[in-house]
Parts: sequence; C-alpha cells; structure tokens
Amino acid sequence: MRILLVDDERDLVSALAERFSFRNIDADFATSGDEALKMAQTTAYDLAILDVKMPKINGLELSKRLLKILPELKCIFLTGHGSELDFQAGASMGVAYLVKPVNIDLLVREIHKVLGQGKDG
Amino acid sequence: MRDFILPRFWRSASDSARFKGLFNYRAAWVLAIVLTAFSSLAPLLAMVSFDYQISRSAAESEVRLRTSRTVSNAKRSISFYLKERISALQFVLRDNTYKTLSARGRLTLLLQDLAESHGGFIDLGIIDQDGTQKTYAGPYNLEGKNYKGQDWFGLAASRGSYISGVFLGFRNVPHLVVVVRHDLPGGGFFLLRATLDTEQFSSLARLELSLGGDSFIINHSGVLQTPSRYHGDVLSTLNLPVPNYSEHTEVIGDEAPGGRVFVGYAYIPDSPFVLMVIKDRAELLASWYQTRVQLLGFLIASIFVVLLVVFAVATYLVNSIFIADQNRVAVLHHAEHSNKLASIGRLAAGVAHEINNPLAVIGEKTGLLKDLLTYGGSSVSHDRLLALSRDIERSVERCGNITKHLLGFARHINVSVERINLAAVVDETLGFLRKEAEYRSIEIITAVGEGQLDFECDRGKLQQILLNLVNNAFQAVSDGGHVSVTADSPDEEHIRIQVSDDGCGIAAVDRERIFEPFFSTKKDFGGTGLGLSITYGLVRKLSGDISVESTEGEGTIFTIVLPRKCGGGNGDSCEYC
Repeated sequence: MRILLVDDERDLVSALAERFSFRNIDADFATSGDEALKMAQTTAYDLAILDVKMPKINGLELSKRLLKILPELKCIFLTGHGSELDFQAGASMGVAYLVKPVNIDLLVREIHKVLGQGKDG
Repeated sequence: MRDFILPRFWRSASDSARFKGLFNYRAAWVLAIVLTAFSSLAPLLAMVSFDYQISRSAAESEVRLRTSRTVSNAKRSISFYLKERISALQFVLRDNTYKTLSARGRLTLLLQDLAESHGGFIDLGIIDQDGTQKTYAGPYNLEGKNYKGQDWFGLAASRGSYISGVFLGFRNVPHLVVVVRHDLPGGGFFLLRATLDTEQFSSLARLELSLGGDSFIINHSGVLQTPSRYHGDVLSTLNLPVPNYSEHTEVIGDEAPGGRVFVGYAYIPDSPFVLMVIKDRAELLASWYQTRVQLLGFLIASIFVVLLVVFAVATYLVNSIFIADQNRVAVLHHAEHSNKLASIGRLAAGVAHEINNPLAVIGEKTGLLKDLLTYGGSSVSHDRLLALSRDIERSVERCGNITKHLLGFARHINVSVERINLAAVVDETLGFLRKEAEYRSIEIITAVGEGQLDFECDRGKLQQILLNLVNNAFQAVSDGGHVSVTADSPDEEHIRIQVSDDGCGIAAVDRERIFEPFFSTKKDFGGTGLGLSITYGLVRKLSGDISVESTEGEGTIFTIVLPRKCGGGNGDSCEYC
C-alpha cells in the first residue's frame, strides 16, 4: 500500500507521513498539486489523501487529474471546514471526507476501509 | 378616530428623528390637500361664478323686457286717450260754426254727447282770440274768464292744439285741459277748450303691478301728474331724477329710497307727460335669488364634502406612505443587521479554516511526538523532540495571531466614530480574504497611501462596506482574476476609495438598479439583493457617496467618497449624519 499525501501545509503532511510510517504505511507527501501530479507519474499510488483547498489546483480538481494518471487510485479528502457542498461532492464521487484536525487512528481506519482491506490487511 | 384627527405621521414627524430626511410627511400632506382641493374646487367655483353672472344677466334682461312691454302698452293707451280727445274736439269744430258753438245750449248738448261717447269730459268752453271765454258749458261758472295771461293760451294759439299738464287753475282743483284752435273765415280764430277728468286720466297710469311696483305720470319737470303709490300725490315733486328724453320706451336701473329699482319710462308724444313704471329690483329677482340661495347652499355643502374627502384621502395616503416607510426602514434595518451577521459568518468560516490548519499541524506534530515516544523507543534524539516542540509553538503562535486579528476586527463591528488609519483598516479587512484569494489565484492589489489617509469615521461601517464590495468583486471575478483596492484624497475634505475588479461587469440596464433593495442578478445563486443596497445605505450614513462604473465583460469599479470628518461630531454615533 502506497499513499500520497497532498497539502500546502508542509508541517502537516510531513508529520502525517512520518506517523504513517510508524503504522507500516508507506506515504509520500507533496505540498502542491503540480508536485503531486509529477510524483504520480513515477509512482503507482493506491490512495491519495488530499486537502480540498489548495492554491492553483484544489483537491477535487487534483483528484480528477490524478485519476487520469492512476485510474485505480482511491482518494480521501481533508478539509479545514467541511461544508455541506463539499460533503455532497465527495459522496457523489464515492470518496471520504474528513475534517481537520483528524485523528490518526480514524484516518488509518478510513484508509483501510477505502482500500477494502482489514486493519492488518 | 384618534388616528384620523391626528394621524401617526403627524405625531411622529414632530417627535422622532428616526425618519428624519426620509420624507417630509407634513409638507406632502399639506401639498396634497392644497393641490387636490384647488384642482377640485377651482372649476366648481369658476362654474358657479360664471353661472351666477350669466343667470343674473338673463334674469335682469327678462325683467327689463317685461317692464319695457308694460310701459309701451301703457304709453300707447295714454297717447291714444289724448289723441282721441283732441280728435273729438276737432270733429266738433268741423261740424259746428263759431256761431252755433257760441250758443250755450248747443255747447251743453255737445258736452253731453262727448261725455257719453268718449267719457272724461268735464266742461267745454269757447275762447276768443282775446283770451276771453265767450261760452262755457259745465259745472262751474267760468264764462267771461280771461286766459290770455296763461301759458297754455299762447301755446294753443300758436300750435293749433294743446294738451296741458295737470294744474290747479281758477278752480284750485287739479285738472288738465285740451285745446284746439279754429281759424275763422274772415280772419281771426277761436279756441275750443275742454277740461278732462283727472280721475280717468290717472286710471290709465295706474297699472296692475306687484306689491313693490309703482306707476304714474310726471311732467318734464318731475312734477307728479297722477297719484303715486310710493312717490307722493298729484303735483308733488318726484324724489327721483327725471329720466333723459328718449323717443322710445326705456328701462334703466336706478337707486330709489327703498333700494335698487328698475325704472321704465316713456315720453308721451305731443304732451308734457312722461309715463314712469318703477319696479323693485329685489322683488323682481326674488325667484332668481331664491334659486341662487339654493345653489349657494349646494355649493357650500359640495365644498365641505370635497374638502372632507380630500382631507380624508390625503391623510389616508400620506399615513399609508408613512407606515410603508416605517416598515421599509424596519426591514432595511433588519436586513442590515442580517448582512452584518452574514459578514461575521463569512469571517467565521474563513477564520475556522485558517485556525484548523495550524490546529491540524499541532495535532499531527503532537501525535508524531507521541508516536516517536511510543514506537521510537530510546533512539529518539533530543534535537528531534526540540524541533517538534518548536513546530508546535510556531503553530500555536499562528493560531494566536489569527484570533487576535479576528478580535481586532470584531471589536469594531459595533458603531463608533474614531480616528482611523485607512491602510490598516483595508489590510485588516482583506486579511480574511487573502486565503480565499490564494486558493482561487485571485490577485489582490492594494494601493492605499499611508499617513495622509487618516480620517474620522465609523470603523465598523467602513469594514462592512469594504467587506461587501470586496466580496462582491470576488464573486464577479473568475479564478485567476484581479481585485484592487485603492485610496487617495481628491481634496482636503474627502477620501476616495475604489474597489475594482476585472470580472464579468454589470450590464448597463442593471447598473442603475444595483443599489435598489432586493435587486440581484445572482438570485439563482443565493444572492439576496441586499448587499449593495446596504452598502449604499452605510455609505450614506457616513455622509459619503458611492458610484459605479462598469463595462460588461471587462470589469467594475466602485468609488466611494467619504468626508474626512464625520458630520456627527459627537464621537458616539454617525447614524444620521
């Protein structure tokens, strides 16, 4: 399982990536949409965890572009403030929305759920 | 009932400053009453006045015509009466010689015949050219009397016939005479003189008139020749001027002792008589006056009803406008308050997002710290832990700055006039929108001069105005667009702020209406149509002006000009300055 974390807050994604490593999840991180797209060209990620609001390319737009590169990619969205519209948009795409700050255990459970694996999977 | 006598707008106009400047209800009410009453009553009064003049003229003409007809008829009767007597005497002269007439018996017989056939003859006399009455037939003993010294003798001798006025004569009894001259074949002449009954003569002038009317005969000197009902007895002088000579019957208006009268008169031809008919003007026009009084009553009642209706309608309408204005102001106040809350809500959403990011960092860094201590064992370096702590501190500081910023902003939401630095207010307001601008790649350009743009203003209102306009600009531009806020000082008294964007612009047809309440081109997208109208209201409350320039497809510029000193001046509230 390989995860791509994308958020314009470097401190957040770097800490999150390191925490995932303690939980046997390989995670790379990018701090912009462009950087994430470049990384997706070279690595086959199973899951992307994306911040919704980012400069230049927002999370939803980025997920669409990533899916063009990696059609099997699953996505989980993180947002600073979850609006009803955001959740509706996510639900229509069959993806999960989590509101920051998110509990790491909840996030790991969500990852397994999205990837259709048991916790130890 | 109280509202009708003293309507709400009247009471409120005097004791409330709340609606001052919105509408002068009292002036509008007075104007409505004056104009409506004038336009309603002026034609009515003009029509009544016109009708009064026309109908009075018609009534007077009618009276004059009737009087003239009466006088003409009487004139013909009197003239005929006198001519008939003259003709009778002339017939006697043609049928008799001087000799036969000089016989008293014959003269008495003729007198009897004349009295029976024509009536009115009292006596007959033959007077020779020396003025001596040679023969006399009648009830008096006048034979031998000489009349040469009397005026009528000379006039009768020269004219051929003569009708005298009424006079006393030798008998000291009012009477009149008719005299006819007859020339003798051998030269010389004699006169046939007859005395006429004044009673019969008077009856000709005694017309059947209404109670206030009078008819009589005067001579050319104004001496009454027949008795009058109101103007004296025979041979007394009339208390009215003798009317000017006229060949025809005339009717004139005149002043009599009893009031205004119509005087109809006619000069009787070949006689010293003037027939006068005097009619009381008020009596003749009584029916017309009565109609006038009824119409006047109707007019007064109409005026009263019109004024009452005008008063009631004007009061009702102005009161309705007043109540509608009150409701409108209340709705706008409510909308303004809602807009203020919406502004705060927008801020809160931005702040929540802003705070959530550093909070998430804190959460993850703390979690990492815990993970390192849990899973990393003793290999975790002291420097690593210190670096994590610094990261957490930095995020906490970031949160603190955001909340301070928010508190600084919220403190000025309430009304207060204070000296402000425009650059600081613009920066503070835009601070909450920068992140959204960043996400949408909108470039915010500010050009607000420092220092020289310090001025007195209500900070909360100015913040709300800027927030509304910049939010509007954000909605107008596409991602990657430009929004600029610039400010300068066009003169020493004013500050000019411009918020411009290169968005979709406003259609010319909409431009004139954008400050109207509830006008929105974004209703399908949740626009209430109140944002710009509230902004307009806020600018007006700050004694400023707002204008808009826009080109569809190119962008929009909102320009606000504010006074450097708030008109309120009490440092407390600028609500109605």
